Amino acid sequence: MTTASASSDRLAIAARDLVKTYRGDVRALDGLSFSVSPGAVFGLLGPNGAGKSTTVKILTTLSRPDAGGAEVAGIDVLRHPDRVRRAIGCVAQKSAVDAEATGRENLTLQGQLYGIGGRELRSRVGELLERFGLADAANRIARTYSGGMQRKLDIAMGLIHRPQVLFLDEPTTGLDPEARADMWAEISRLSGEGLTILLTTHYLEEADRLARWLAIVDRGRIVTEGTPEQLKSELRGDAIHVELAETNGHGQVRDALDRLVDVREVVLDGSSLRARVDSGAKAVPAVLAALESGGVKVASVTVARPSLDDVYLRHTGRSFSEADEGKESSR
Amino acid sequence: MTTAVAHSWFMTLRHLRALLRQPWWIAITLVQPVIWLLIFSQLFRRVVEIPGFASTSYITFLTPGIVVMTALFSNGWSGMGVIDDLNRGVMDRFLVTPVRRGAVISGRLVQSAIVTTVQALIIIGLGLAGGARFGGGLPGIVALLLAGALLGVAFGALSNALALLLRREESVIAASNFILLPLTFLSTAFMPQDLAPDWIGHVARYNPVNWAIVAGREALQADVGWMTVFSHLGYLAVFAVVCGWLATRAFRTYQRSV
Repeated sequence: MTTASASSDRLAIAARDLVKTYRGDVRALDGLSFSVSPGAVFGLLGPNGAGKSTTVKILTTLSRPDAGGAEVAGIDVLRHPDRVRRAIGCVAQKSAVDAEATGRENLTLQGQLYGIGGRELRSRVGELLERFGLADAANRIARTYSGGMQRKLDIAMGLIHRPQVLFLDEPTTGLDPEARADMWAEISRLSGEGLTILLTTHYLEEADRLARWLAIVDRGRIVTEGTPEQLKSELRGDAIHVELAETNGHGQVRDALDRLVDVREVVLDGSSLRARVDSGAKAVPAVLAALESGGVKVASVTVARPSLDDVYLRHTGRSFSEADEGKESSR
Repeated sequence: MTTAVAHSWFMTLRHLRALLRQPWWIAITLVQPVIWLLIFSQLFRRVVEIPGFASTSYITFLTPGIVVMTALFSNGWSGMGVIDDLNRGVMDRFLVTPVRRGAVISGRLVQSAIVTTVQALIIIGLGLAGGARFGGGLPGIVALLLAGALLGVAFGALSNALALLLRREESVIAASNFILLPLTFLSTAFMPQDLAPDWIGHVARYNPVNWAIVAGREALQADVGWMTVFSHLGYLAVFAVVCGWLATRAFRTYQRSV
């Protein structure tokens, strides 16, 4: 599985056949491979426990795979972890700011660990505080920050050394809707600056909105990948959902719809009729007319564009929310 | 090498700043040794009257014991900070930066040594104000400070190692409780060895807490037996190195488990 990009030495991230088993035979990764071209926002989408965080831990040198290998910014993560660390910024799933230090102190220490110092560090810290709207809170200890502010500080810390690749592990989990929208805007802005971003998320909406290339992870493997639009268009067309006024007369309904050429995958369940059509807007009048001439009464009709949820369902055989609830917190 | 030193120092500053922001911590850290010094010197005041007690002033006898006891207790809990960093994800964030791995632990230990030395100076000052007299003068005081710092670093490292292996506050608290008080009482902190039961004397001989007390107390005497001082400081140094090594091993174990 490769993305649309050029030769492998130009890739920002290349993961090959990663396998990782935790104690107690929990197989977190089961031969996971993908690659990311420079400057892309790449989304790893999957339910909790699918292996997203384990993948990030391996790519950021925190953890070692049992088998397989990876390069980040062209550097082998197993052979030269220290060089990889200089090339990447990392924002973990959980806010990891030092709660007892101020925003400015957090950023300063982070910069010092990358060997930045003196005036250069001071101006970089000031610049990041300004950019993330934390300048007013710079000298307050981070314990007093809101969840959204701590998250921004996390990202600012990940950017202090101007990394080539930024890892964002579930950047909006636990944020309120307003802070989430704020974070989305911030991530879009970063991607506009040519930074390669690997984003993990279990929010379908977030993946759809931010990622230009998306890989769906399930049980430690990539099950499919492509642009969000490609993945959705694989499903061919829109879903229409008709609520019938009566629960009987299924034979009549089938007879009526048989005459329509572009209505597929008709599913009847009680008073509910589901089908897939090429274009919802065009199909609805025809479907309604056919049902009416067949003597079937209709209560309501809705048309839905294919969602990533449908993509997920198709590739894994489970609905996304089912998979998400089925597993405990991710590793 | 210079990077390692710089990184340790950045970490040390981080921990010192966090401590200085906690007024309660400062108050308790300062008041607690004062209380120990006052309570024990009052409680056992007449111990000096027991035939065979070498010193005529109990506070002179007690001060090095309290210095060492404070070094033990204020560092025996150092691992709690490690657990906090583990839980908050701060540890993992450091590990994805190019920080020298050793600095994550040594930063805490340098902080331990600094805090222990400041506490020891305060206790020595209080002891002097309370009537203690140290014939060993300045070199003796330096030796006591060194003994306290070495013991503090050793137990700080041990506590960090425990924290990295157990990773639960409750477990670390239980383990620390189990270790710290017995080690204090199985020493000559409050009672000379001649007056304690034989078995305590035997145990004390292998108790690092007692090595620090023996080194410090001997160094403060008018007629210093420097051989005793240096040999015990030597044991302490070896013990500190072993504990530091254990902490590094525990750190590797943690890294492998991520």
